[in-house]
Amino acid sequence: MVKPGHTKEGKSADRWRFRHPLWVRLAHWLNVLCLPILLMSGFQIFNAHPALYWGERSDRDRPILAMKALRAENGELRGVTTLFGHSFDTTGLFGASRNEAGALYRRGFPEWATLPKHQWLAMGRRWHFFFGWVFVLNGFIFAAYSLVSRHLWSDLLPKKEEIRKIGASIRDHLRFRHPFGEEAARYNVLQKVAYTGVVFVLAPLIVLTGLTMSPNLNAAFPWMLTLFGGRQSARTIHFIAAFAFIGYTLLHVLMVAITGLWNNLRSMLTGWYLIRQSGENHEKTN
Amino acid sequence: MKKRISLGRRGFLARAAQFSGLFLLAGCDTLSRKAWFEGLLSSAEGLTQRAHRLITPRKAMAREYTEADLSPVFPVNGTTHPGTAEYLAWVENNFADWQLEVGGRVEQPARFSLAALRDLRSRTQITRHDCVEGWSAIGKWKGVPLRLILEQVRPRPEARYVVFHSADPDELGHYYYESIDFEEAYHPQTILAYDLNDQSLPIGNGAPLRLRLERQLGYKMAKYIMRIELVERFDTLAGGKGGYWEDQGYEWYAGI
Repeated sequence: MVKPGHTKEGKSADRWRFRHPLWVRLAHWLNVLCLPILLMSGFQIFNAHPALYWGERSDRDRPILAMKALRAENGELRGVTTLFGHSFDTTGLFGASRNEAGALYRRGFPEWATLPKHQWLAMGRRWHFFFGWVFVLNGFIFAAYSLVSRHLWSDLLPKKEEIRKIGASIRDHLRFRHPFGEEAARYNVLQKVAYTGVVFVLAPLIVLTGLTMSPNLNAAFPWMLTLFGGRQSARTIHFIAAFAFIGYTLLHVLMVAITGLWNNLRSMLTGWYLIRQSGENHEKTN
Repeated sequence: MKKRISLGRRGFLARAAQFSGLFLLAGCDTLSRKAWFEGLLSSAEGLTQRAHRLITPRKAMAREYTEADLSPVFPVNGTTHPGTAEYLAWVENNFADWQLEVGGRVEQPARFSLAALRDLRSRTQITRHDCVEGWSAIGKWKGVPLRLILEQVRPRPEARYVVFHSADPDELGHYYYESIDFEEAYHPQTILAYDLNDQSLPIGNGAPLRLRLERQLGYKMAKYIMRIELVERFDTLAGGKGGYWEDQGYEWYAGI
């Protein structure tokens, strides 16, 4: 094990830095396990009624989004997705997609996107609620630890002067100019905004909208219905928040890849991060 | 040398992605069919139920809406018509010789005609019906509080659950049934409904009598009720899970 301050091959100024404590790494990888399972079992649940509405009720003739299978004039099945009254042919993806034998059949999200693969609402719910608990407990422990250990204040929350320079940081990111050296050892302002936003805004939002679909919790806490504008609105927001998680994850993985995939992965697995003094971190990662 | 390493890594990455994809799709599907794993996943149900008991007041009332909030059409789901000879005969004479039988672990078993149920004190409520599939509809229900029936038949001390036996069999001849605990049974909004939107309950919605259990999902609210049985335990009935859909893998506690 190379200790901090020691050098490993090449430039003498490169240093190892212990970046992520064990509890952060555990929480991170638990989320990596939970999120795809929650997403895919969520699609399974959605497929039982593949439409979204606003308000308390679901009037079938007024969906925000609906995925349907319609017979074309030539007798072929077509997948049609309607969003705010505009219809799109989404055959093969939404509304109607192929089974293993290659035959089109009625289905919201296709088999490869759902857990379990086949229509099985009861099992989708079991996966979703079990890993929902894991995700929520993990999030609570992370949030509590962040407060107690001051991880939130020292690493996650952006400082005032950082916020002021956020424009420059956005410009740098768009030009793929990423911090290196000592600067890369700490989160930059965009990372801070993204991580804080996901942990303390997006995650609570998706959990609360999920809970607002519970008729028992509705009875006990009617303010949740009021807050989200009704049960069907909560379901819609829950769905949008799931896609926000997909968007965040894609961006996160892209940034991890282009700022030094192995260095970043190693630091999230072992905690140790290599700080390079020359060049950008992502140029020499082998 | 370096190039070969990175290619190797790329190949490794591709395999890793494939493997995780396969694991998620095939692996999880296989896991779904393993009894031990299903047991593990199902442990969340108990946790959810206990957590709900802990944080939600037992007397909490489901939100009640106004006439303006009613769904233009209240959907019909599940059985649309029991179709048995017995049921057809009841429909024929407008349920005049239909009777609700209440028995099991009670001091005073009783039978109620539809007219007798209508003569009892009624409760009207405009509530939201949430289907496990994800849709919601708002309807106006009128019926007799289950509490009144239970007070008449007087449950014995060992009775723990109220079971509803329905008139509709599936293709395999399994009859619909459901069970609830006493806490739900005595809740003021738990009614045996005979009217929907000021009309006699339509056949598609469970005529002549259906359960309203406003803090749980739609499948708990048995339609076409013929018989109510008070029991100590429900694992001796049908599939043993306490309800028609529960026997097919749905949660007995349907508060989420």
